[in-house]
Amino acid sequence: MSALETHVSERLATKAEARKLSFYYGDFRALKNITMPVHERKVTALIGPSGCGKSTFLRCFNRMHDLYPGNRYEGEIILQPDNANLLARDVDPIEVRMRIGMVFQKPNPFPKSVFENVAYGLRVRGESSRRRIEEKVEQALQDAALWEEVKNRLHQPAYNLSGGQQQRLCIARALATDPELLLFDEPTSALDPIATASIEELMHDLKERVTILIVTHNMQQAARVSDFTAYMYLGDLIEFGITDELFIKPKMKQTEDYITGRFG
Amino acid sequence: MKKDIQKRKRWDAIFALCGMVALMIGVLTFTALFVDMALDGFGRLSWEFFTNYPSRRPGQAGILSAWVGSTLVMLTTAFFAVPLGVAAGVYLEEYASKNWVTDIIEINITNLAGVPSIVYGLLGLGLFVYQFGLGQSILAAGLTLALLILPVVIVATREAIRSIPQVIREGSYALGATQWQTVRYHILPYSSAGILTGIIIGMARAIGETAPIITIGALTFIAFLPPSPVQSEPPFLSFDWLMSPFTVMPIQMFNWTSRPEAAFHANAAAAGFVLVAMTLAMNGLAIWLRYRLRRNLKW
Repeated sequence: MSALETHVSERLATKAEARKLSFYYGDFRALKNITMPVHERKVTALIGPSGCGKSTFLRCFNRMHDLYPGNRYEGEIILQPDNANLLARDVDPIEVRMRIGMVFQKPNPFPKSVFENVAYGLRVRGESSRRRIEEKVEQALQDAALWEEVKNRLHQPAYNLSGGQQQRLCIARALATDPELLLFDEPTSALDPIATASIEELMHDLKERVTILIVTHNMQQAARVSDFTAYMYLGDLIEFGITDELFIKPKMKQTEDYITGRFG
Repeated sequence: MKKDIQKRKRWDAIFALCGMVALMIGVLTFTALFVDMALDGFGRLSWEFFTNYPSRRPGQAGILSAWVGSTLVMLTTAFFAVPLGVAAGVYLEEYASKNWVTDIIEINITNLAGVPSIVYGLLGLGLFVYQFGLGQSILAAGLTLALLILPVVIVATREAIRSIPQVIREGSYALGATQWQTVRYHILPYSSAGILTGIIIGMARAIGETAPIITIGALTFIAFLPPSPVQSEPPFLSFDWLMSPFTVMPIQMFNWTSRPEAAFHANAAAAGFVLVAMTLAMNGLAIWLRYRLRRNLKW
């Protein structure tokens, strides 16, 4: 029995699925007809050389491109369990972003206190009960493995934290509103190896509860943290598969060239 | 080779010297003016100088009506210029789509900042004094000066907003915030240092403006104060002062310098000293506020 079949026998649920997704920056077609699932409570990694469209693809999931003029989507991204097309015109991007969290390349805590950073998502949702906010903030900080380090300085400015702590704070900020899907856009590219390891470990723990989609330029990282990997090149999805298989026995020559370092 | 390096380095020294001379010309001129004014007017500075109305006798003349008038006009100016300027700046940076209409508006605002102040005075005279029937009042002066400093406030607001990194906005939107929530919780607080600096610098410009105030017809000799904004009877607050005739510091100075008696010139110097001190204090406040508010901002 191959590994894929083993996975299938676990009854993989699909959390989200891109269907014939194309994306345009003005006239430039940055994504070409991508069809790919994101499995529930798994980590899916997007790899590929710079400019391959992996970040662009990731940012389609929370409609980040809507913030800038001249961008256009084609195709669908279906989110389960309600089978909703996130890209539909009548779907408000704010609603999408309330269900799908995001962690950015460079830690971007708000210049506010640690507490206010995590509470922000709750506040924009109109949560006003002080007690409930405090509970949620503590829970989120614990889930992000940051509580022990910051519990005595919740009301100090977030930028006093180290880079790795700031990134975990950003993860806590996203977790506080119970997202169904969490997007990571090269979350460790600005961090040192120790901080990187702690983030990777955290991702491993988080996938028990939340589906994760991560962009990384680091193939070792993809191999370490992900269950599924997609290799993209120039806006095309070249290969999608179980991480172990894709790295050991890629089906496509292009993928093999990339992961063996002959290209990219 | 050594000689060549020395030769090239000589230009370093020459340029540094030119720069220093240029700087000193500016600084020394201002210092000389300020010191000269202070020496001329210092003898006149006393408590009575601030609490006396202007008078035919230079020894008894004071700047009470002038500084009260300046203060009230500044309050009115700030009341109109700040919300309008900040809202316009936020709209242009955060809401307006970037197209040729926005470009034209942008060029216009930059140009408005360079329009001579007398032109604003004529506008104020035609529009506020006659058309709106506000008369030669504090309100008309405040509105005119508000128009004058509006471009300064708008430009300062936009620059302050533009210095906020895009990742902060994206971080806010990614959590499901609306545009207004992003503006309210991030854009305005993080740009407040720059906006406040712009407002105060605009106000410091407005407080010294003479031409537009004369144009709309401020009195040059005034021996009474506008009605007090606080009343002893309900409703306790009164806005009658807005419609009152007034004078301001630079006009009082102008009035005194144009008299033949030398004693009045000392009065003018003393008033000038007070006016420059007020302007410097405002600029100092701007620097301090910027320092205080930026201390908590890092990204």
